[in-house]
Amino acid sequence: MDGTENNLRLFPKKDARLYMSFMYVTFVSLLVGGLMGLLQTFVRSGRFTLPFNINYYTILTVHGVILGLVLTTFFILGFQFALMGKTVGISDKQRNAGWVSFWMMLVGTIMAAVTILVGEANVLYTFYAPLAAHPAFYIGLALVIIGSWVGAFTNFRQLYVWKKAHKGEKSPLLAFMVVINMLMWVIASLGVAIAVVVQFIPWSLGYTETINVLVSRTLFWYFGHPLVYFWLLPAYMAWYAIIPKIIGGKLFSDSLARLAFILLLMFSIPVGFHHQLTEPGIDPTWKFIQVVLTMMVVIPSLMTAFSIFATFEITGRKKGFSSLFGWFKKLPWGDVRFFAPFVGMAAFIPGGIGGIINASHQMNALVHNTIWITGHFHLTIATTVILTYFGIAYWLVPHLTGRRLTKQLNKLGIIQTIIWTVGMTIMSTAMHIQGLLGGPRRSAYSEYAGGAQVDTWIGYQLAQAIGGTILFIGILLMTYIFIKLAFFAPRGVEEFPIAAEDEDAQKTPKILENWYVWIGITIALIAFAYTIPMIDIIKHSPPGSVPFKWPIGRM
Amino acid sequence: MHLHKYEKVWLTFGMASLVIFLLIIGFAAFWKGTHPQSHLETIDQNNVEAHDSFKPENLGLTEVADGKYKVNIVASAFNYDFGVDKDEKAVKTIRVPQGSTVLFTITSKDVVHGFQVAGTNVNMMVEPGHISRYEAVMKNKGEFTIVCNEYCGIGHHQMFGKVEVY
Repeated sequence: MDGTENNLRLFPKKDARLYMSFMYVTFVSLLVGGLMGLLQTFVRSGRFTLPFNINYYTILTVHGVILGLVLTTFFILGFQFALMGKTVGISDKQRNAGWVSFWMMLVGTIMAAVTILVGEANVLYTFYAPLAAHPAFYIGLALVIIGSWVGAFTNFRQLYVWKKAHKGEKSPLLAFMVVINMLMWVIASLGVAIAVVVQFIPWSLGYTETINVLVSRTLFWYFGHPLVYFWLLPAYMAWYAIIPKIIGGKLFSDSLARLAFILLLMFSIPVGFHHQLTEPGIDPTWKFIQVVLTMMVVIPSLMTAFSIFATFEITGRKKGFSSLFGWFKKLPWGDVRFFAPFVGMAAFIPGGIGGIINASHQMNALVHNTIWITGHFHLTIATTVILTYFGIAYWLVPHLTGRRLTKQLNKLGIIQTIIWTVGMTIMSTAMHIQGLLGGPRRSAYSEYAGGAQVDTWIGYQLAQAIGGTILFIGILLMTYIFIKLAFFAPRGVEEFPIAAEDEDAQKTPKILENWYVWIGITIALIAFAYTIPMIDIIKHSPPGSVPFKWPIGRM
Repeated sequence: MHLHKYEKVWLTFGMASLVIFLLIIGFAAFWKGTHPQSHLETIDQNNVEAHDSFKPENLGLTEVADGKYKVNIVASAFNYDFGVDKDEKAVKTIRVPQGSTVLFTITSKDVVHGFQVAGTNVNMMVEPGHISRYEAVMKNKGEFTIVCNEYCGIGHHQMFGKVEVY
């Protein structure tokens, strides 16, 4: 079948309804989580107190859980289901499994959200033991994770069924990428699921008296870093396989894209210790080994950067150019489906450099748990990833609802991207600088003991409130655009842009689809990086910790 | 698998930079001894006083040799215990002369805390059941705020102290 023809064919209504359900939750989350973010920057400016005795840490927990876990997971599952539906198809049974996944995640989200909002779970999204939230919070989180696994296994099944019907053919690139991302997600979230189900739930219910704090933290960070790659890989899918089509080009290299995803699968998991560099209970040699493994993700990142800019150049030159960088001007700057993800890519350059600093054995000491870290992930997640998600939504939502991204909405999207860029530049830069000066993250407004050092922080906190306000205007605009695209834009057909391979492209090596090899290497790397230190941690355990409720305001 | 010639150049350059970078941090860690804190030393968090460093009379600043100091601290929600002064008042500021070497030793009685002397490399997680230590040379004069930089509860932002280098 001709690629373009398939790209223009709308989904059956019952399929589109499933994919759109994930999008509704995504954009409601954006609005709620964004509002919490705005309130936080206000409180930290020192000029504002929350009404009705609402605690700062309640809104901080909502912000982290809703934006970090709910918005991302729902968007990713919805987008990936749509990609699978487009490339390998979905059966009635699989669609039903998709709904099971959606409802489990939604019920879990609501449970966790209510528990947080009534002040029974002021534990932030990392929920470090021995701070003890209400059991409903942990059970809600477990439901979200298990619900996402149902989605993952449905995706695996979709590709398996397709492969059986297309013996000897290589799998569609995007379906391959979805399967890699969900594989990584399942392997990684096993860690947090074990922590929640085996440690936190029985402990919070009172069935076990104590919890091993360091084990719970290590399991959390075993998951916590792949989590950020789980957010990033869908953006990579768009950069590799969708943006080239939007700018009127072809896929740069099918095999290179697959190789990059495989490397990301292998190197995203055995790296959690770089989040624990300043912890007392882990041997420094093992910390260093995981730092080295962490840095390996530089390789697929460089491959990605190269192939994306190569696509830009090749496409630009085909359309005619005048000089070394003339092709750059030929890119479709007025098309928001390109412009928003492009700004995201640009933000990933300083974001990635910051990541290398954070993950380094010693440089981390200066910035660990300072607001520099917050600045870092507002560049990577909240700019690179989120602007790419927005870039996807501009065509995915109208494609699903059978409407059109009109000229006017496209223009609003461009304005939205610019607002986002300005707001984030102000907020994130202020956070980076304040962090270098020692200002802590995750803290309500405080003048501490006073003094010259703290005075320097407060000015930057004011700048963050200004940036945060601009960003919230961006969120309101994005919500408006989403509502228009979902319900009010004129009816029509918006393309689902999937780039095709060049006719004379070289064959993709078969080995790249050998799942046993890549999953095997991934597991071997994880075993290498974690077995000995885990035994060490368990053997040298202090007495366990009883639950602490009062520090988070639970009587 | 086919790789473009320029891509090979780019990847070779990138990987070489990565190797050099890792060699530098490895050299600094293993030959210069600039590991982040790691002390693999455990303690019963329900009875920290049993450990010599955390007996009430041993808390706070002690000069151990000329220009060498140790500071013992017990963290709890939402306070750093630096011991008491002559008038039995809680110590909130640690004063050391410029250029002195200070060994910070800290543990937690309850939840996870942070211990950061803002503007220096002294930055540690403090976990129940573990002892955290970090030795630093106080090169610069001034007042440095100690902040709890790991969320420890709703009074987290009220947990602080001060190091004064004179």
